[in-house]
Amino acid sequence: MKIKKYSTASTILTIAFVLICLIWIMPIIEVITNSLKTNDAINTSVFALPNAESFVGLGNYLKGLTFGNYPFLKSAFYSVFISVVSTGLILLCCSMAAWYIARVDSPFARFFYYLCLFSMIVPFQMVMFTLTATADSLKLNTPWTIPVIYLGFGAGLAIFMFVGFVKGMPLAIEEAAAIDGCGPVRTFFNVVVPMLKPTMISVGILELMWVWNDYLLPYLVLDITEYRTIPIHVQYLKGSYGTVDLGATMAVIMMAILPIIIVYLFCQKYIIKGVAAGAVKG
Amino acid sequence: MHKKKKKRDGSAVNSQLIRRPIQRWFPLFILPVFACFCIGFVWPFLQGIYLSFCSFNIPKDATWVGIANYAKVFKDPSFAHAFWNTAAFAVVSIIIINVFAFIVAYALTQKMRGSNLFRTVFFMPNLIGGVVLGYIWSMIFDGILKQYGTYLTSNATYGFWGLVILVSWQQIGYMMIIYIAGLQAVPSDMLEAAKIDGATGAQTLFKVIIPNVMPSITICTFLTLTNGFKLFDQNLALTGGLPQVVDKAAKMKVNMSELLALNIYSTYNINKNWHGVAQAKAVIFFILVAVLALSQQYATRKKEVQQ
Repeated sequence: MKIKKYSTASTILTIAFVLICLIWIMPIIEVITNSLKTNDAINTSVFALPNAESFVGLGNYLKGLTFGNYPFLKSAFYSVFISVVSTGLILLCCSMAAWYIARVDSPFARFFYYLCLFSMIVPFQMVMFTLTATADSLKLNTPWTIPVIYLGFGAGLAIFMFVGFVKGMPLAIEEAAAIDGCGPVRTFFNVVVPMLKPTMISVGILELMWVWNDYLLPYLVLDITEYRTIPIHVQYLKGSYGTVDLGATMAVIMMAILPIIIVYLFCQKYIIKGVAAGAVKG
Repeated sequence: MHKKKKKRDGSAVNSQLIRRPIQRWFPLFILPVFACFCIGFVWPFLQGIYLSFCSFNIPKDATWVGIANYAKVFKDPSFAHAFWNTAAFAVVSIIIINVFAFIVAYALTQKMRGSNLFRTVFFMPNLIGGVVLGYIWSMIFDGILKQYGTYLTSNATYGFWGLVILVSWQQIGYMMIIYIAGLQAVPSDMLEAAKIDGATGAQTLFKVIIPNVMPSITICTFLTLTNGFKLFDQNLALTGGLPQVVDKAAKMKVNMSELLALNIYSTYNINKNWHGVAQAKAVIFFILVAVLALSQQYATRKKEVQQ
């Protein structure tokens, strides 16, 4: 049992950190306050709090829903669909492949594994033009098929992390399952997957954050007049519609980050752990 | 190394019980990923290398031009500018991010109220995508600079330091998490021994704690280095590379606040005569990033051997 005792120094440190943290979340607070102000008020002073004159309530949010000639909810739907399906596909297919690689260990499996390692050091810029062309020619340029591309480009890290874990798993359990007459497919889903769960959460969070925030890949691959994810939508708000409606832009940004922050506050333990695990390995 | 590999092969062969049946399910377990991997990585990568030696509009009408694209890259003032910009940016951001992340992590591992809450707050910016971050900060910087009668994209210096502030805000929390893990792994008996021997706080920090968190320092340094080199979204959203200046000697436009990744992208968008050059730049960029990543492997290996 550790008895916590706080000294004066620690109290000062705590107060200092409260202040630092307030500064740290200032940018988010600025987004919130400005999303509630009129455009004129934002233009005169970004940092003033909304007052009776400049307060517009949720007006900017209502405008934000249709702002930029594209409904926000549509882009939110594509973002959710693409990130959830891609992450699910990556988790399922890459854990299966990783189990095969770790247990079969044939020349092909080893070759594939080294290719995966290699793909982890290749920056996206290296393949972006050719990947776009390939996706176009294979008709993979819709939100419904783009998860295939994410699976292909994101397989490296996921397989690397899964193989690392599977190699540390005791063979005996799977052998016991095999002796009891369990086929590979059932062994995988009923025996291996439950043991892989912690790694699945880590990999899942990493991939989810990557796909959700990714801008360039969907921007290049998708037909953006029809399909936009949230990052593409935000990028378009500033660029192409004459004078910038800052109030509505801030409202859109708020709607874009609020769900992530809420999810983060609830699952921060897993998120921080997952990210740290990925960092140490990647 | 060789011995270790032998042993692993042995264990796999011994488990014929598992190996053969799995192998029979090859089409289910590995084929789908392998096919997607070829579409999403292998083919675009090989084609990318080939096309860097070609002149092309779309990959189908490529004509071989040898090393002409690479020659053009080295004559392009915007590439050299972006390279030095990136190198300077990487160095500055490595120092700022790591120093602050370490200080924050060190403070948060002390006995302190609410350290979990502070950790949560510091890490939060990581969850927000680069494009969104860029817009939030461009609003803030423009708001500040407006009081001095200027704006963010008027001067490349503003763009550079703006990007440094943005990336520091985003990544300090991330590196902090890695440092906290490293600090918590410092053996407590060592700290106690230092205390009993009468070491001062500074002595304990520099002689006991820092040598023990060296692996974390290596990881964080390389992570910030590669992150700095690969930075794209934030650069695009914050300044988009502006302001643009014409280089009179080469008669070309140079985007003053552009980093390498954005330079490749904007080169591709000049017109179709530049597609091959952009791809050549991408190959050079890949080699740079690969060298950085491999030197990290080398550095971490060396550290592990020493211990």
